Amino acid sequence: MPTALMDLPEKEYILPGTRTCAGCGLPIAYRHILKALGPKTIVTLPACCLTILHGMYPKTPVLVNAVNNVFGGTAASASGLAAGLKALGKDDYVVLAMAGDGGTFDMGIQALSGAAERQTNFIYVCYDNEAYMNTGVQRSSATPSGAITTTTPVRPKEQPKKDFIQIMEAHHPAYLATTCSSYPMDLYDKFSKARHIQGTRFIHLTVPCPAGWGFPTRETIKIGRLAVETGVIVLYEVENGVFRLTGKSLSLAKTRRKRPVEDYLKRQARFKKMTPEQMEAFQKEVDARWETLLARAGF
Amino acid sequence: MAAQILTGNQTAALAAKLCRVQVVAAYPITPQSKIPEVLSEYVERGELQAEFVRVESEHSAMGVCISASLVGARAFTATAANGLAYMHEQLHWAAGARVPIVMPVTNRGLGAPWTILNDMQDSIAQRDTGWMQLYCQNNQEILDQIILGYKVAERLLVPVMVCFDGFRLSHTMMPVDVPDQEAVDAFLPPFTPPYQLDPERPININPVVMTDPLPGSDGRLHPGYMGIRRRLQEALESAVDVIAEEGRIFGERFGRSYEHPIIEYQLDDAEIVFVTMGSLGSEASEACDLLREQGIRAGVASLRVFRPFPKQAVRDSLCRAPRLAVVEKAISYGLEGALATEIKAALYGLNDRQPIVANYIVGLGGKDVKPSDLCDIARQALTFGRHEDAPSHAIWFSNEI
Ligand SMILES: Cc1ncc(C[n+]2csc(CCOP(=O)(O)OP(=O)(O)O)c2C)c(N)n1
Ligand code: SF4
Repeated sequence: MPTALMDLPEKEYILPGTRTCAGCGLPIAYRHILKALGPKTIVTLPACCLTILHGMYPKTPVLVNAVNNVFGGTAASASGLAAGLKALGKDDYVVLAMAGDGGTFDMGIQALSGAAERQTNFIYVCYDNEAYMNTGVQRSSATPSGAITTTTPVRPKEQPKKDFIQIMEAHHPAYLATTCSSYPMDLYDKFSKARHIQGTRFIHLTVPCPAGWGFPTRETIKIGRLAVETGVIVLYEVENGVFRLTGKSLSLAKTRRKRPVEDYLKRQARFKKMTPEQMEAFQKEVDARWETLLARAGF
Repeated sequence: MAAQILTGNQTAALAAKLCRVQVVAAYPITPQSKIPEVLSEYVERGELQAEFVRVESEHSAMGVCISASLVGARAFTATAANGLAYMHEQLHWAAGARVPIVMPVTNRGLGAPWTILNDMQDSIAQRDTGWMQLYCQNNQEILDQIILGYKVAERLLVPVMVCFDGFRLSHTMMPVDVPDQEAVDAFLPPFTPPYQLDPERPININPVVMTDPLPGSDGRLHPGYMGIRRRLQEALESAVDVIAEEGRIFGERFGRSYEHPIIEYQLDDAEIVFVTMGSLGSEASEACDLLREQGIRAGVASLRVFRPFPKQAVRDSLCRAPRLAVVEKAISYGLEGALATEIKAALYGLNDRQPIVANYIVGLGGKDVKPSDLCDIARQALTFGRHEDAPSHAIWFSNEI
């Protein structure tokens, strides 16, 4: 049973005063993640926008223990937390590793692959804003084709986004899910579930970034929803090898009323150089993936 | 206390066990591989209660140790050469995070070109990371300095490298006096981190800091980046005394004192002193005996502690020597051996008696250094009658191309 909004825990773990940009999708997601995981969470995070959210010494607006670490070392740090807590017999903590797409798809892949292969007992969240935002919107391997970034300023990125979720699925995690900050209840339920599973849990979280994607700050929720309604992002989970569409993606599968990707692309300045042909190619890619996932879900 | 015949690597693993390390993360690299192998055997046999994390790289090994230490576990890893270089970012992070990790480094030359054999370029290249660096002359010192290392590291919250020569010590068997577990437990109590992980009063460890001090929610000013880094430097400066104090207590408990950071041999009347580190120290003592048989008054000052640099002890040991041959297995490319530079810097300002210093680079990539080679070095160094005679550059000691 999905949790009803009314039943969300009232306790807030993020106090006023985070340092993310206005309209950022990250604090919305983080707020609900921490509600789902509770006060005995230890988060470990590398250099990224989440570091900025956590604020500056000697103050932090976040009410759980946090361990910052180097850019490529998030999963190793989480492995150390898990091992240290186990050695000390502190088995009631939740270890949460949370890194951006750059700290996951690119530099962090080695440590994450190692930790996942060891079936380390932790939840790893990659919050994906599709570029290196902290350093000023440079292209990452999570940037979709057609996007302008500060390192693809004249000719938009040519290569498609790395299919990292599949790479993680190939590690046989105990739980794998995708979610998006525009659907806090879907997100809350997935983290609540992940919390009670042992072993490596991987959650891919899409967070729209007004600063990097180029949309007005009031549209953060809308953009995330459009990503899902167009099928660019698909919400699902894989538990014990069983694949399930969830939330909005499940209802889209039932109603078959997926919107054209153009609705999503044209609202963001980063895609302003896309030609109609490129949009068509993008649409084809999204459709092909959607059909594969529908088939997997038994539709 | 019982004597066992052990290789350096076996000794290091046994020392970690005696220290009751709680988290071990290590990645294999020659000539260190036996350390994690022996430790995993201890863990699997239930002889050591520790979490053994079989990491996929050295970068992760150190990442695991840092976070394990931050939640309060005594953490251990070991590496060498390229593994140590691969850790470089994490080494700075460990010292900055003030985690008391102890890590043996089985010294090995760095590529390119590849070598698996011994020199000290790997650890010397990490000297500015904020770690303490202890060097061992023999396997007994490996055991003792790992135990001592944890004691000092946990007092000061500064990590320690215990460096010993690859193959020359790591693979060589020697008798080692192994203390009883109870004696080690009495010397080294369990690690208690300076703060507790409290869900009621959560903290953000190693966050972004500004340059200048900022007030916290308690209204007090808290240090900025520079203030935090200065505290690390102050801890390392005070480490000279802390190592001496703990080294003396170690001596009272175990019969082998580590109070003095320099192992001195025949210094009193020496006309030429070998200044060196690691297993070269014992080589140099042999050369010293040979030279004395030939009527040359040689002596040896072998540094056991390289970081913190024991500046006053160096002055005290060396101020009477007219000539020094600083013999080392690493070089700061473009200048000279790092040890030579530091010895000269320590002696700077002793205006009345500045020894003549000649710097010899030896043994890179495992090149054998025989006592007779060291005798040749001493004889050559004796020909430098004035400062101007000694070459201003490092002398590569090798009779080959
Ligand atoms: C070894 C290393 N290289 C580069 C950096 C600089 N750096 C800091 S954050 C960052 C990008 C972060 O991007 P991402 O992980 O996608 O997170 P986001 O900022 O988008 O939240 C980079 C490149 C670093 N901290 N460490
Ligand atoms: S750059 Fe983007 S992801 Fe980072 S804080 Fe700003 S809006 Fe959020």
